[in-house]
Amino acid sequence: MKGEIYRVAGPVVTIMGIKPKMYDVVHIGHEGLMGEVIRIQRDKATVQVYEDTSGIKPGEPVVNTGKSLSVELGPGLLESIYDGIQRPLKVLQEKMGDFIDRGVTANGLDREKVWEFKPVVLIGDFVKGGAVIGTVQETMNIEHKIMVPPTVSGTVEEIKSGKFKVDETVCVLTDGTEISMMQKWPVRMPRPVEKKFIPNRPLITGQRILDGLFPVAKGGTAAIPGPFGSGKTVTQQQLAKWSDTDIVVYIGCGERGNEMADVLNEFPELQDPQTGRPLMERTVLIANTSNMPVAAREASVYTGITIAEYYRDMGYDVSLMADSSSRWAEAMREISSRLEEMPGEEGYPAYLSARLSEFYERAGLVKSLAGEEGSITVIGAVSPPGGDFSEPVTQNTLRIVKVFWALDAKLAQRRHFPSIDWLTSYSLYTKGLSGWFAENVAPDWVPLRDHAMELLQQESELQEIVQLVGSDALPEDQQLILEICRMLREYFLQQNAFHPVDTYCPFDKQYKLLKAISKYSDMAQASLEAGIPMKDILSIESKDELAKVKFEEDFEGALNVVMEKMDKEFAALGGN
Amino acid sequence: MTKEYKTIIEISGPLMFIEKTEPVGYGELVHINLPDGTTKRGQVLDTSADVVAVQVFEGTGGLNEESGVVFSGETIKLAVSKDMLGRILSGSGEPLDGGPRIIPEDRLDVNGSSMNPYSRMPPEDFIQTGISTIDGTNTLVRGQKLPIFSGSGLPHNEIALQIARQAKVPGSEEPFAVVFAAMGITNEEAQYFMQDFEKTGALERAVVFLNLADDPAVERIITPRMALTAAEYLAYEHDMHVLVILTDITNYCEALRQMGAAREEVPGRRGYPGYMYTDLASLYERAGVIKGRKGSVTQFSILTMPGDDITHPIPDLSGYITEGQIVVSRELHMKGIYPPINVLPSLSRLMNSGIGEGKTRDDHKAVSDQMYAGYAEGRDLRGLVAIVGKEALSDRDQRILEFADLFESRFVRQGRDEDRSIEETLTIGWEILSELPEALLTRIDNKYIDKYHPAHKSN
Repeated sequence: MKGEIYRVAGPVVTIMGIKPKMYDVVHIGHEGLMGEVIRIQRDKATVQVYEDTSGIKPGEPVVNTGKSLSVELGPGLLESIYDGIQRPLKVLQEKMGDFIDRGVTANGLDREKVWEFKPVVLIGDFVKGGAVIGTVQETMNIEHKIMVPPTVSGTVEEIKSGKFKVDETVCVLTDGTEISMMQKWPVRMPRPVEKKFIPNRPLITGQRILDGLFPVAKGGTAAIPGPFGSGKTVTQQQLAKWSDTDIVVYIGCGERGNEMADVLNEFPELQDPQTGRPLMERTVLIANTSNMPVAAREASVYTGITIAEYYRDMGYDVSLMADSSSRWAEAMREISSRLEEMPGEEGYPAYLSARLSEFYERAGLVKSLAGEEGSITVIGAVSPPGGDFSEPVTQNTLRIVKVFWALDAKLAQRRHFPSIDWLTSYSLYTKGLSGWFAENVAPDWVPLRDHAMELLQQESELQEIVQLVGSDALPEDQQLILEICRMLREYFLQQNAFHPVDTYCPFDKQYKLLKAISKYSDMAQASLEAGIPMKDILSIESKDELAKVKFEEDFEGALNVVMEKMDKEFAALGGN
Repeated sequence: MTKEYKTIIEISGPLMFIEKTEPVGYGELVHINLPDGTTKRGQVLDTSADVVAVQVFEGTGGLNEESGVVFSGETIKLAVSKDMLGRILSGSGEPLDGGPRIIPEDRLDVNGSSMNPYSRMPPEDFIQTGISTIDGTNTLVRGQKLPIFSGSGLPHNEIALQIARQAKVPGSEEPFAVVFAAMGITNEEAQYFMQDFEKTGALERAVVFLNLADDPAVERIITPRMALTAAEYLAYEHDMHVLVILTDITNYCEALRQMGAAREEVPGRRGYPGYMYTDLASLYERAGVIKGRKGSVTQFSILTMPGDDITHPIPDLSGYITEGQIVVSRELHMKGIYPPINVLPSLSRLMNSGIGEGKTRDDHKAVSDQMYAGYAEGRDLRGLVAIVGKEALSDRDQRILEFADLFESRFVRQGRDEDRSIEETLTIGWEILSELPEALLTRIDNKYIDKYHPAHKSN
């Protein structure tokens, strides 16, 4: 079916002469720019175009593919770097050089690469949608499971074994359906699952304030809102680096090109702390920087989550970072305003809230169609204008997500990193995960953490008084609380993402560090009650030395030295 | 073969609408012949089989239905050549200096194309500006976009000029150029820049684009694109390291808002268009270094924050795109400190990749972090002193308070022509840090204290 262009206004193009379905992908103009139908009105249809439309004229031809925007799923996704509509950036560079031109198509998966397929089903087996028919070793640690597309089922008539390209048939069903290692799935439709569960295990990130105070569960959702310069991107990247999931999907949505270049440069060099392999081997990157076409930015988030769902269906734990969901919302706003839709709050379309919740709802701990348990944890960065959390994107996100990591510009200015405000952040998983913590970290981890939180809460109240009268006017026990909280903030909460040792902190180390601060607190309390002057308690040297143990390669050794010294120093004071 | 249409049906603000045309491409350049013989130029904003909307760069004054419209069949292009260096051009690329037209080596689309993130090289070459608050605590690197957030009446122009004069990569002799784009600044300000360029001989290696306050606002929308196109050409075709100074982004955004209003678009925050983020990104993102090419484009834009409000949409959206910001403070300016850069809200996101051993010095990050922490605490204490008086402070707090004063008077303050090397900057840093008790230097590794602390350093 062929039609023609009626009108061009930036990324929004009106076409006529064909009757497409909603969300059909069409190719526009002589150059065949890719676009998606987003509105149909009588004989005309409106298309959002994923590429620059300069020079495109009314009257140029339009071709409808009849298919909705889909991604290619199969071996070769890992280690890839895609743009918002799953074109590999490396292939684009080979085809059009260092700058992104238009009208170039590129397959999401390499058609030439050969993979070793090992079947796991036999002729005569009945396979239903989502069932695993074979495996491919995609990277050293990830075994890619080749699944029957969710909409297909039948009895195996032929099953092959050996080396194949992704689009070659590896299995034939009795009804004649040919199955290859690659399947396509429309990005706007969630992939089906058997059942969803309540998340029950934490996502371990190696970041003390996240794991310790505000944990997110595997299969859960979290938001990181913060003004610019408060460390959203660094936090997102830390999560992408150190999360203990099998697969990481990182979506750079409308962000900086140089930052993506940094990720592309760094990830192949870094090692996964769980496996010791390069981080890139478990990562899929989607980079749609702020100057790339806005419609492709809108699509990038869906492309990312669909890839995440595919790996989840194999039974893997996947974490997905979207940096930043505000840019995605703005892309929606921009398209909506070009469509002259009635705006909701601050010019955002009225369906903003629905789209956000649909997206976050694709996270979860599930039993897949193949019966495997897999999860997707979604962590979305939010960039509120002026750092004002009352704006629509932040507010609509907070209504959905269970964990809120509030970044604070004041903390960032003080170089307190990660600058997550411990007073306003929250996690609704804390309670549900308590059992896991007691069993896997330490029985006293939960009370230890709760006590620390309580002290930090008290500190903020005391600080108000200090602001008025100065700290010397406080009673000694309260001065001690201030000191303990300073230690909590500087020794425990602050973590240097750029320090080779401190960048990742295992749970055991988190526990010991918190325990050490708590021990000082107990001994100081006892000494104070025994009448030892505050000045002496504060001038304990080992207390200051504790500040640097987190940076030591040999943490245990350094901690033991400091703690022994602390025992001695307190003993010398008497009282304990 | 180029047809002239006399079918203008509506003229409103900077826009005009033409009907009954052959198919016209989106974004095409338009020539308009006025009845009095003058010509104007415009760009297609919206094109359909029935009507075409055009924004007119030189303003619609004098236009009427008699005017003829010619569609050029191509998007806006800039004639580029290495001979552009030393030239002064208008905001739409026409010579203003009385010299001949540029003989093009190439003609490039001013909108450029977006750089493939895969082709980018992460910026990491330290640029020494000679200003301690930038080099020491908010380091600039090649390929970065780092704007100055300033306010009306503050010396941002002087700072920009000092940087343009002093910026260099220590130990490197590679060719260097400045592209300067003025958007809606006053004639006086423009002269100030030009005089300084001439005096220091910088003009020879500069390309200047001038759109002054009384030039049409619409033209401002293409001025920075022209400048960046020239910069990219010099950087990627002629291997030059180009520093682009765009001033003033606020005027650019005002022009954008004006256009949006004329097009009757749904406004976003404070009346600015909803696509302002994307639009600004299409400027700012044109900075960077490409793998395998020698040149680079570094952007140093100036932006005056309306009402010194950093949450205003213009600085806010900029801050989300640029790799940090240098914030000029009215408070420091009032105290007579030059350059009045407040390091606390300032930030360079690429600092960490440009500093350290082999680039600046191994202790750089630690010294910078420690000064930040000390200064931040010192400034908080000033608030407290105002209420309870200095005597009520503990000894520790008093030392920190003194540190904050020293930081401003020794580290921040410097002469307008004082070009400090990074060594000098770090030395001053250590000198003022040594006024603090050593136990407070928690952010500095002991090995650096042994190596650089004036009390330990063995000479």
